[in-house]
Formats: sequence, structure tokens, C-alpha cells
Amino acid sequence: MREGVTDIFGYPGGAILPAYDAMLDFPIRHILVRHEQGATHMADGYARASGRVGVAIATSGPGATNMVTGIATAMMDSSPIVCITGQVGSRLIGSDAFQETDITGITLPITKHNYLVTRPDDVAKTVREAFAVATQGRPGPVLIDITKDAQQASCEFEWEKAAPNPRHVGVPRAAISDTERRQALELIHDAKRPVILAGHGILLSGAMPFVRELAERAGIPVAMTLLGIGAFPASHPLNLGMMGMHGEAWVNTAIQEADLLIALGMRFDDRVTGNVRTYARQAKKIHIDIDAAEIGKIVAVDVGLVGDLCDVLGALVPGVEPGRRDEWIARIDTLKGDSAVRDIQNLPDHGHLYAAHVMKDLWHATNGRAVVVTDVGQHQMWEAQYYHHESPRTLITSGGLGTMGFALPAAIGAKVSRPDAEVWTIAGDGGFQMTMAELATIKQENLDVKIAVINNGYLGMVRQWQEFFYERRYAATPLLSPDFAKVAEAYGLRAFTVKTRGDVIPAIEAARSHQGTVLIDFQVEQEDTVYPMVPAGADLHAMIRRPSAIAETAMEEV
Amino acid sequence: MTTPRDPHVFVVDVEDEPGVLTRVSSLFRRRGFNIVSLTVGATERPGISRMTIVVDAPDVAARRIEAHLWKLVNVIRVEDVTGGASVRRELVMVKVSADAEARTHVMKLAEVFRARVIDVAPESLILETTGTSDKIAGLLDVLRPFGVLEVARSGHVAMVRGAQAGQARAAVDDTDAVPDNVSYSV
Repeated sequence: MREGVTDIFGYPGGAILPAYDAMLDFPIRHILVRHEQGATHMADGYARASGRVGVAIATSGPGATNMVTGIATAMMDSSPIVCITGQVGSRLIGSDAFQETDITGITLPITKHNYLVTRPDDVAKTVREAFAVATQGRPGPVLIDITKDAQQASCEFEWEKAAPNPRHVGVPRAAISDTERRQALELIHDAKRPVILAGHGILLSGAMPFVRELAERAGIPVAMTLLGIGAFPASHPLNLGMMGMHGEAWVNTAIQEADLLIALGMRFDDRVTGNVRTYARQAKKIHIDIDAAEIGKIVAVDVGLVGDLCDVLGALVPGVEPGRRDEWIARIDTLKGDSAVRDIQNLPDHGHLYAAHVMKDLWHATNGRAVVVTDVGQHQMWEAQYYHHESPRTLITSGGLGTMGFALPAAIGAKVSRPDAEVWTIAGDGGFQMTMAELATIKQENLDVKIAVINNGYLGMVRQWQEFFYERRYAATPLLSPDFAKVAEAYGLRAFTVKTRGDVIPAIEAARSHQGTVLIDFQVEQEDTVYPMVPAGADLHAMIRRPSAIAETAMEEV
Repeated sequence: MTTPRDPHVFVVDVEDEPGVLTRVSSLFRRRGFNIVSLTVGATERPGISRMTIVVDAPDVAARRIEAHLWKLVNVIRVEDVTGGASVRRELVMVKVSADAEARTHVMKLAEVFRARVIDVAPESLILETTGTSDKIAGLLDVLRPFGVLEVARSGHVAMVRGAQAGQARAAVDDTDAVPDNVSYSV
């Protein structure tokens, strides 16, 4: 409570009953989920949408193990959540008691830190410390496992005395030296073809103004990681868009041609770099991250600066000489022109409904202002390509772990943390079915979340890999789904089914004007493909491109 | 200077709590680093244990290991003491086959290595010595012809020499100055 918690996502059970009973006496909104995985994704979505710590609570044993996927998701994407689990009585620990599981052992590699609390005296200080650990430095999930007896016994509670151990929550050590600063500035000033790589760390630090100032001051184009989307306005002339496996061709080509990469709060994921040996070989690299362990992990860097982006950029940016790089920008514009003719939005309308059209129309209809929560797969990439995000924390998606089933519960969390925001879930027919039981949570909590199911009858991204790399042998990717509209209606929610392009905007408008949750089942082209694509482990410039309109019959370039 | 493949030696001060060893060893397992040896013991300060970890890793990886160790909440201090500025020792006990005839010979060799005889049985001896890995390897080499029955090694402990150690201590004292009224049942 005193940590400012107002909302908790959870599911009760034997070993957590005392905590639930106590919660009734406090003004905390508890959202009853349908599966504990949902609770963790909701806490995660809550944190990502608002920047506040998300809290999930579950009982021991299966309740706790069901949280594992959500915790791993939050860990990979540095999302600050606190998970509280009940544990069997301290005397029973180790005896294989009913619903006992070693959840601190299980979650050790997927939490930033975890605690087992067996004494009531330790509860308060552990909770306080957990919130501090979750948010400080590089954020991440923290789990507190509390035995039933520690919940039941009461003790004197003094807020001040329960302060976190400063040794455990210390601020990151390093501040950048004058030498480092000079080296970084020299590289920036010498660069003719620099690119800023904008990552999630910018959003976590709140360093958007510094990034913008750096880009504008020195005329440096900005490419974003999937989780970095929103760190720089999409409509800004220096914005390139998303990089990586499904990044636009001009973005990846620009990175490969660059002579300097300025990597901000990102970690050179394999989906970003492709083949590391051929990645941006002409480029010097400046890497700024709060986590020292990320520097040099994947890509060797010329200057590695460790610290909060606001601090480091705050020290760096004023020293950057204003300048323009017209030749470089012109080169990128040429690359963009080449891509435009291949863009599906510019292809002749054959009466097909493409998912990319849905994304584009949704972007238009919502003026690019919605908080969009996506699942994992083809629709996720199309969203990233065609929904242009102007502001931070408006795209919420599982990047690192790639957790299918993330979207719906995370959207619930986002809506709870930002009740005034227009929240859209976009999920494929596969991922949506993994967690669609949370529709009941939406109904019970009376939430207003708009849901777009991109329904192509396949596990589309896997099918795409089978198409490219397994000779179209579609093993286990054709997918039977229920009538999603009827499913939503069964939960007492409004729903539409859309099969043609012309119906997309009207359905979106109808959903927007309805007070309450609406599900739209977009039945799209079944065997559509996300282009461009850098095959896993391939060179970043070796993209498979969409055949251009002019040469539609040509084989894909590789 | 160390070559890229030299083993790296880390001295790590940790809070003396259940689960800390798991956290540290899990980190190495998870990140795919190979531990050559790991020792843990009490320090001069109550509640704080000292680990000496020897890892076979290139220099770049060693810097990342150090950064990862710092991130563990229960870790108080990490120091890469690889190189000339530190001393390293390991204790070994060797049970060597030695009947009445061979016994004198083995004990002579032990003397050269400043190894002590700590047990004598009719058919064998137990020798004990401390030293660097090279010295221990040398001892084992000369004992092998007699028949080495059993070897127990402690793993390495390491300490920075002289003045540098003082600097390191000063940093630690700063950490200690922080009020610490919290103990965990982790």
C-alpha cells in the first residue's frame, strides 16, 4: 500500500488466503484473473503502459508455477513487476507438502531477484526492498514467496525501520569519465553516416527528449528496436522505423552502410543483428546502457558507456556540435523510394483483406494515439511496420521472450493502469486462444478493451518459416478456431466479423463508439507473408523482399 | 599481462545467506561459463563470505562475468585479481601407494616439495601441501610412478598483494559504513 499500489492482479488459493483476507481491509483493487499467467502478463502490461510497478499475486504450487511464463517475459523485456506467492507453512517446507513447490528455485534465473520469507518480521522490509529492486537500475521482475505462517502471524510494523537495505538497491556505479565523453563526441563528430539505434532503455529511463535533441542537433537518423518503438516520434523526418529481422529494407541497409552506430538502451538481440560477423562492419560503435553486462556482449564496441541514459546523454548531448548530414539522409531517401513500390499498401487491390491493411486502417482510425498491445507473430510485425507510434509507452509487446498469449492479459493490465487511454489488443488466432479465458476477467471487471483478432487460419509466422525454409511442408500450422465473435458474445461482449477491406474502418469505428469491450474477428488472407525478412542468422542486408508490383511474378530476391 | 585464454580469478564478497552459492553458480551455468574452481569461506567480517572463483574465459567474457556478478543483489564486492598483483594458493591431499620399501623415497620427494606427511599406513601415505597449481602438478607428476590412489584439492584462494589490497579494503569499508539492520531468511 505504502509503495503506492492501487491495483493487484491475482488468483487466490490455500497458501495465500491470509494475505487475501487482509487485503479486504485496504482500498486495493483486486482483479481476479482466470489463469495466473494472465496475472503476470497483466502486471507486466500495467508496468509497461504506466511505468509503475505491476503486482501479481498467486498461491503456492501450481499457482506459482503458472506465473513462470509471465515472469520470464518480464525478465527478458526488463519490466518492473513484483510477484507475490503463498508458500506452505515454514515447518512444512522441504516435506513435499500439498501444493508445495520450490518457486524461488524455479524462478532464480528468470527474476532479477527473489525472496523466501518465513518470518512475519521480514515481510515489510522484503516487500519494500522488492519494489526498489524491481525499479532501480535495469528494471525486472522480483518474486516474494511468503510462507503461510509468516502471513498469519502479526507483528509490529514500522515503515521507516523496514527501509530497503541500501547495499541491495544501490544506484548503478559508473558515471562517465571525461575521456569516455571525449571519445564518444569525437566518434560522433567524425561520422558521416551515423545511425542512432533506439531501444527500450530510452523509454525506461524517460530519455526521449535527449535522444531527440541528439538526433536533431547532429542530423542523425534514428532506427528503433521493436521495444524501442515510441522512443522517437514516427512522423519525425529523422525517424527510420524498426530495424532487424522484419525491419524495413532501408533501415537495415542504412545500418549496414553506416560508419557509426549509437546504440541507446538496446542489447543487439539476434533479431536485430542477423549474422553478427557481417553486422555493420564499417561502423564504429558507441553503446550506452545501464547494464554493464550488455556492453560488448554481442557486438564489440569502440566506446561503451554505462549509466542511466538521461544521465549519460545529459552529459554528452550538450557537447555535440550542431550539424547536418544531407548526403546521408538523401541516400536513405533513395532506399526508401525503392521500398515504396513493394509496399503492400501500394499494391493493386484484388479484393483480398490483408492484415497490413487492418493495421494501417486502425492507425488512421485511431489517429495513431491508441495504446496497442500485440501478441507474437506475423500480426506483431505488421503492427510494428504499419501502426506509426508517436509517443512513448503506446506499443506493448513481448519482444525478448516472444510470448504468445501475452496480448489480451497485458492489454487488461494496460487499461487498468491507464483507464483513460484507448487500448487495442491485436492478436493472432493462435496466440489469442492461449489466453482468451481472460475475456471473462474483462467482463467481470467491466473493462473497455478493443480486441482485433487477425485470423488467418494458420500459425502464420511458423507457416511463413515453413514456406521459406521447409518447402511449404505445413507441419502443425493449420489451425482450427472457434467463431471468435460467438465466443466473445458468450462472455457477454460485443463482437463483429470482418472479411473485406471495405468493412474494416466501419467496424473499427463501431468498436470505438461502443462503451465497453468489442472483439473484431478480421478474417484475413490466409497465406500472407511478412516482408522484408532477414532469415535467422543471415546477413542483415540479405533480406527476402516482397516481389515488387512491377515484377510480381519474379522470384523473391535473396 | 594475461593472454586471452588464461583463467580468470575473481574474488567475490557475498552476504552469508542460504541460496547465495546457488545464485552465483547458477549465473555461471546459465551464461555458459565454465568454473574451474570455486571456494567459499568466512571472512574477517561477520555475515560476509568470500568466494574465490576461477573461470576459464577470454578477457572480454571475464569483464561480462564481473558485470553479471555485480548485478546479484547479495554480492557486495567483485574483483578480478587475475595477473601479477595477487597471490594464489591451493591445498592438496594425496594418498600415494608406498610400502615399507618405497616409503623413504616418497618422503624424500615430499620434503623437496615442502609437503607434509599427515598419515602413514602400511601400504600408503597421505601427503599434504599448499601451493600454486604448477607446484601441485609437479608434486603429482613425481608421485605418479609410485601409484597415486586418491587426490583431494581445495580449489584456489587468492588475495591481492600489499598496497592494492589496501585500496580494495578502503572501498569495502565504505560499503560497510552503510547501516545494515536487515537480515533475510533467504
